[in-house]
Order: sequence, then C-alpha cells, then structure tokens
Amino acid sequence: MTSATLRHTVWILRGNPVTAFAAAGAFALCVLAVIGPWIVPYDPVASDVPNALLPPSAKYWAGTDQLGRDVFSRLIVAAGLDLAIAASAVTLSFVIGAVIGALCGYAGGRLDRYVGRFVDVLMAFPLFVLAMAMVAALGNRVENIVIATAIINLPFYIRFARAEVNVRRNAGWVEAARACGDSHVSVVLRFLLPNVLPAMAVQVSLNLGWAILNAAGLSFIGLGVSAPTPEWGIMVAEGARFISTGKWWLVAFPGLALMLTVLCFNLLGDGLRDILDPRMRT
Amino acid sequence: MPRNDEEVPSSGRETMVTATASEPLLAIDDLHVRFSTRSGTVEAVRGVSLSVAAGETLGIVGESGSGKSVTAFAITRLLDAAGRISQGSIRFKGQDISKASSKQLRSLHGAAISMIFQNPRGALNPIRSVGRQIADAIMAHEPISASEGRARALDLLKAVLIRDPEKRLDAYPHELSGGMCQRVMIAMAIACEPALLIADEPTTGLDVTTQKTVMDLVARITAERGMAMILITHDLGLASRYCQRAVVMERGQVVEQAAPATLFSAPQHPYTKRLVAASPTATSTIADLAPEGASAVPAVELFRPKPAPGTPLLLEVQKLVKRYDGGVTAVDDVSFSIAAGESLGLVGESGSGKSTISRMICRLIDPSEGEILFDGRAIGSLPARDFHRSEFRRDIQIVFQDPTDSLNPRFNAFDCIAHPLRRLLGMKNGSALTGRVSECAERAGLPSELLERLPHQLSGGQKARVGIARAIACRPRLLVLDEPTAALDVSVQAVILQLLDRLRREDGLALLFVSHDLNVVRMMCERTVVLQNGRVVEQGESRTLFSAPATAYARELLDAVLHLGGPTARMPEPA
Repeated sequence: MTSATLRHTVWILRGNPVTAFAAAGAFALCVLAVIGPWIVPYDPVASDVPNALLPPSAKYWAGTDQLGRDVFSRLIVAAGLDLAIAASAVTLSFVIGAVIGALCGYAGGRLDRYVGRFVDVLMAFPLFVLAMAMVAALGNRVENIVIATAIINLPFYIRFARAEVNVRRNAGWVEAARACGDSHVSVVLRFLLPNVLPAMAVQVSLNLGWAILNAAGLSFIGLGVSAPTPEWGIMVAEGARFISTGKWWLVAFPGLALMLTVLCFNLLGDGLRDILDPRMRT
Repeated sequence: MPRNDEEVPSSGRETMVTATASEPLLAIDDLHVRFSTRSGTVEAVRGVSLSVAAGETLGIVGESGSGKSVTAFAITRLLDAAGRISQGSIRFKGQDISKASSKQLRSLHGAAISMIFQNPRGALNPIRSVGRQIADAIMAHEPISASEGRARALDLLKAVLIRDPEKRLDAYPHELSGGMCQRVMIAMAIACEPALLIADEPTTGLDVTTQKTVMDLVARITAERGMAMILITHDLGLASRYCQRAVVMERGQVVEQAAPATLFSAPQHPYTKRLVAASPTATSTIADLAPEGASAVPAVELFRPKPAPGTPLLLEVQKLVKRYDGGVTAVDDVSFSIAAGESLGLVGESGSGKSTISRMICRLIDPSEGEILFDGRAIGSLPARDFHRSEFRRDIQIVFQDPTDSLNPRFNAFDCIAHPLRRLLGMKNGSALTGRVSECAERAGLPSELLERLPHQLSGGQKARVGIARAIACRPRLLVLDEPTAALDVSVQAVILQLLDRLRREDGLALLFVSHDLNVVRMMCERTVVLQNGRVVEQGESRTLFSAPATAYARELLDAVLHLGGPTARMPEPA
C-alpha cells in the first residue's frame, strides 16, 4: 500500500512539474527550518558594527544589516520560527475547524445554525485587525500569535468541512456504516472526516502561506516576536527604515523569502489533492 | 401527465422507408474510436459498421462498456477530449462528417442531427426557463425574433403533450418532474425538424409508467415527422417494442443485427443469447436467467422451518407513518409482515415511499407513528440514533441501490466486508476475521484477489458483490434489498439475483425486496406489496397479484412493463 502511494505520488509529480517544483521548494524550506541554525555561516544575532550595512557580496551573500548581522543567516534561521508559527496555527485551526465543521454539516439543525452565525460574525471583522486586537489583549508573545492566527483561520475550516460533509452525509456508504453498527459520532470521525481530508489538504496548503504572511505582518507592526529574534516580518520592518538610503537588500531578501514560501505552498495545494485522493489511483 | 394515444399513426411510413432505402441517411463504416488514458490507449469502438435509413428507428443494444454511447457521441462528435475517431467514416446524407470542422458541425447539430440524453434534468440549464431554452435551440439555426421563438416553443410544448403548455413555458427545470423534463428535451431535440434523432437511454431513471408515455410520444413524433431515430438502450424490452431493426454491441463491436422480433426470439450470437436469457420476462424464473453452461440453481423447494405455533412473525410493520418537516407525508399508514425465511417484494414508483420504509425498517431513520416489531419485540420506538447498540442491529442488514455510492471510497473491499464484523461482532484483526471475510466474499462470488482493491478499481457487479458480502457478514435474519440491481447490467443482474436467491435458501434469510422492476420482484418474492404515494394499494401472493391484479394502479404498473417479444409499437416488420 505504501509503495503504491509512493508510486502514485511520483506519477502525479512527473505529470505536473509545477507541483513538483512547489513540493521541492516546500520540502527544502522545511529542511532549512530544522537544520538552519547549524548550517548558517554567521551567528544570526551577534552584532558586528564595523561591518554594518554592507551590500551583498561573496562574503555576505545577502549583505549585512544596521548592526552588522548577516542577513542571509538571519533569513535561514527565521524560516524555522515563521514556519513553526504558521504550522502550529494552521494545525490548530484545521483540527478544531474540521471537527466542528464536520459535526455541523452532519447534524444540521440548531447546532449548525448557531455555529454558522458565530462564524459569520467572526468573518465580518477585518481578520488582521482582529488578530492584532487578540495579540494586544492576550499579551505580546509568540503563543498568542499562534492562537490569534488559528482563530482567524477557523471560520474557513468550519465552513469548508461543513460543506464537504454536508454533500456526503446522505451517501450510501454513510448509511451502510450506520447499518454496520457505527454511531453518528463514529460515522463523522471515521468515515466522513477521512473522506474530506484530500479536499481540506488543499486548504491547509494555501492557508500555510497565508498564515506565514499573517505572522510576518503582525511582527512587522511590532506585535508578537520582538526585535533581536530573526523573523522575516521584523527584518522587513527594520529594513524599511533604510530603504530611502538605497539599502535595498534589507527588505528585498526577507520579502523574497516570504514571497517564495507563500508561492510554494499555494502551488502545492492543487497537486496535494491529486496525491491524496484515492480515486485518482488506478 | 396526459396519457397520449396508444396507437401510432403509421400511414405513409412504409412508402417513405422504401423510397430512401437505396441511400441510407446515415452510414457508419468501420468506425474505430480510441481513448488515450493513463494506462495506454483504449479502443472503445472497434470497427462498427451500421446504417440508418430515413424514417427508420434503429436500436443499439448493449451493456455498459459495449461502446454504444461512444458510437452515438462519435456521430455527433461530442466525444470528450481524450477520445478521437482513429479510423473509418460516418456519412450523413452522403457527406463524411467524421472529419467535419466544428463550424460545419454546429450547423449540423440540432438542425440535422439532435440528441436526447439520459438525465433530462442534468441536460437542461437550471437557471433558464424551459420556453427560452427551446427558443434558444431554434434561434441557433434560424434568424427569428424572440416572440416568434416563444410561439414556436409553445407549439413544441403542445406537440410533446405537456399539460398547461402556456404555464410551463416560464417554468424552470426544477419545477418539472423527470418525465416532463424529458418531454422538454424532446421538444428541444425536434425543434429544428432534424432528420436524425439520437436517443441515448432516454428513459433510464424514469418510472415505468412514465417510461411508456415518453417512449410512445417519441415513437409518435418521429413517425409523424418522418425522422430517423437511433435508440440506444440496455433494455431489450424497450428495443423490441420501439425499433424496426436492432444491432447488438459487445465490447466495441457489432455482434448481431436483425429485426428485434427475430433477434430476440432466435438470437444467433452467443452474446445475444446470453443477453436475452438474462432479461427477465413475464414468465421466466430465477433459474432461467442462468448463463448457458453455468451450474443452474438447484430446483429445490424453499428451505423454511415450520415456525412453532405461537412464534411471532420475524417482522411486523404496523400503521407506519413518516412525516417530514413541511408537512410532506412520505409514508402513510403502511402495515405488512414478513415471516422468517420469507421474501416480500415492495414495489412502487418514485415517491411511493418504498425507500423511506426500507430505511425505517433498517432503523436508519425514525418513524413518525406506528410500530415495527422484530421477533415480536418493538424496535420502532428505539431511536435510530441508538439502534447501533441494539442486539438486533446485526439481524437487520441492508444492500443499497447504487453499489458505487454504498462503499466508502477510502476502504478497500476487505475493510468494507470486515467493517460490520469489527463493529458488530467485535472481531479483531487476525486469522478469524480474515477467514470470515474471505468466506463471505466467496459466498458472494467475489474472487479473493480483489479484496485488496479500492471501490473505484472494481466493476459495478464486483462492487455489488462487496455490498452483499458486507450485508451477510454478520449472518442477519432479515436482509433489506433496496433496488439492489437497478444500477447493474442485465447479465450482472441475473447473476446477482441468483446469488441472492441462493443465499436466501442456504441461510433461511428473510428478504424485503424493494424494487420498481416488477419482473424481478415476481421472480424473487412470494408476496408483494404495491405502494402508491406512501400508501399500500394492494398486497398479496405474487402469483395472484401479477396474474390478476385487483386494483387499477397495479394493473397500470403491470401494463407498463415492457416484455421481450411483446407487441411492437410500430409496424412489426419493415419491408
């Protein structure tokens, strides 16, 4: 079975070079995020004022910042933090949202109406402002960025899971499962959720890119991660002060990193659905 | 729905057929259609040659995968992107259209060749009124004004005998019944007086009585207007009643062609023989359906232990009512009973409440009123929500209508069959479970090497077997069969019916057989309940009910059943 899955994955990737590129990019990012701190050429937080604000060169691939820290090293190390924030926020909203959405979609009725209206209210707020307010209220810490990002993403997962489960709730195999002795809860958790996962995987992948942007955005305006820590949002925020004096590398490289990361996860989405859907296998 | 006249006007047809016999309207010569798929190229049509004379009705008969629809789509060049005509020619009025440009095809579609599809509701645009859609079809070929289009659409709706045509002009497809949607499709198809009408399974999915009125209408219209028709169907009864000539296709090839009367009374090709044998008729028995050479079902009398006096009936349904929100009463005061080992047929058209009843008995939904007694114990009042914990859960199992829809797409065949064993008998993975699953698969006729496959890797018949194996895994006492063969080819249906009959004899299983196919119910069931609009209109011994129905509705249902060798709607033998 696992070798069949692997063969299928290879087949999908071969027929779809864009997905292959995105998958390779996302994989490389994850590897960098884990081993980054051990392979970077310089200490990302050690300042070296004599070498401040040097443009990109063979020695400093992406130049140095106002305190002489190597921008390239900071970029690599920052990948870990940004990915970790995004991944844990998305996991949190995915798990909670999928379960709540699936239950609503299956049960319908009053539960569905109440949750639906709550979700509508949540979505009526400008989400980034809502996240700012939550971080400000809960305290300026990384965990709170994760929680805020998770909460603002929650409505999408609830809606998505609800819609996907709703179209399947009257399928023959759902009734068959009930006839085979499964309770309603077990039908939702063991039958419906696994069947909506492929569709949700697409959402997760798109959402990861989005959550990274969100985390970077929050730290850009000074919420969440604080100054010396390498993080793409902060790097852009700090670099922005020097852009008028022509020190373009301070914002260009973290901006590029953000863009490529989001692009990779977005492109990965569609390919992921093909890989995870058992019906695509022959 | 207005009932149209039974008689088909046939004056003048004979002369027309003979007048144009020298030059056929449509001549297909050595047609090959290839599809490129992931596992290589598949040749769906392999050298088909056939011709249709002007005004003639040709039937193309075959089972799924025989290439009959692909042939039709090749004629209209509506093949999907992966398919292409690799060889052969299609000549329409002497002109080869197999290589026509898309511009030439556009003027051909609708005006010269038009199609009626299987699912009329799906083929209509849901957000445009039917009058406008019909007018659109005309305006695509003729420069007429909107008001003229509306007038023409009204005439067409009258021609297809829709009640209140003025009102229906502004109706949307969802406001019409399936039969009415098909009438609208027919109106669109004949709007520009095409010379050839291709009807691809036009009545599949419609009720038997609707099927009859729709087909009579099509036959009448084509006869009146001198149109030729290609009727594509899997139903030999339909072909034999409405076609002047029929070709039988198997795996992309024409294996036999003749007038239906000779074709189905004296089939020559082994495949046609098998197909004819597998089609239930008014008198056939389960054993008759056996493919030649295969071991027929032993004609043993039914094994049924005489119940001890005082033993309750296996299932008793008393005054069952199901009301849905919004005041719809789907099931209204239905009572019947089934003894252990007995098989009872539940027949009726769509909307008769038969599926709702089967789901209430399976305790998947709750009845609004009434009682269900199983083994003398009331189970109707136990909420469906908690019934999975009941000791009777394993005793009442169900086989669903659509084998594809009834299997979890992420479970392979083994897990599907093992599922009730794990849940209801608490069996753990191990040799006992594996043994029981392969035993059930074997009894359902599913080869053990298929157990690893996922549902989409199995054929329709194989999926049906998985569904049956799953239902018998826990050795139930009552098996509810909800249209178990409706989605299957006749030859597969024959095998599945025999399988069900054998299982029933071997296990002393009681069956509740829900179906709209009266021939099948007559063969499978000792007693039959006829439902209409949620009420029982008649019940009794199948033998008496089918030979001498007491109510008008039951008679109407029986009359609508098409039989092989029954009367032909048109002239029986064209010159």
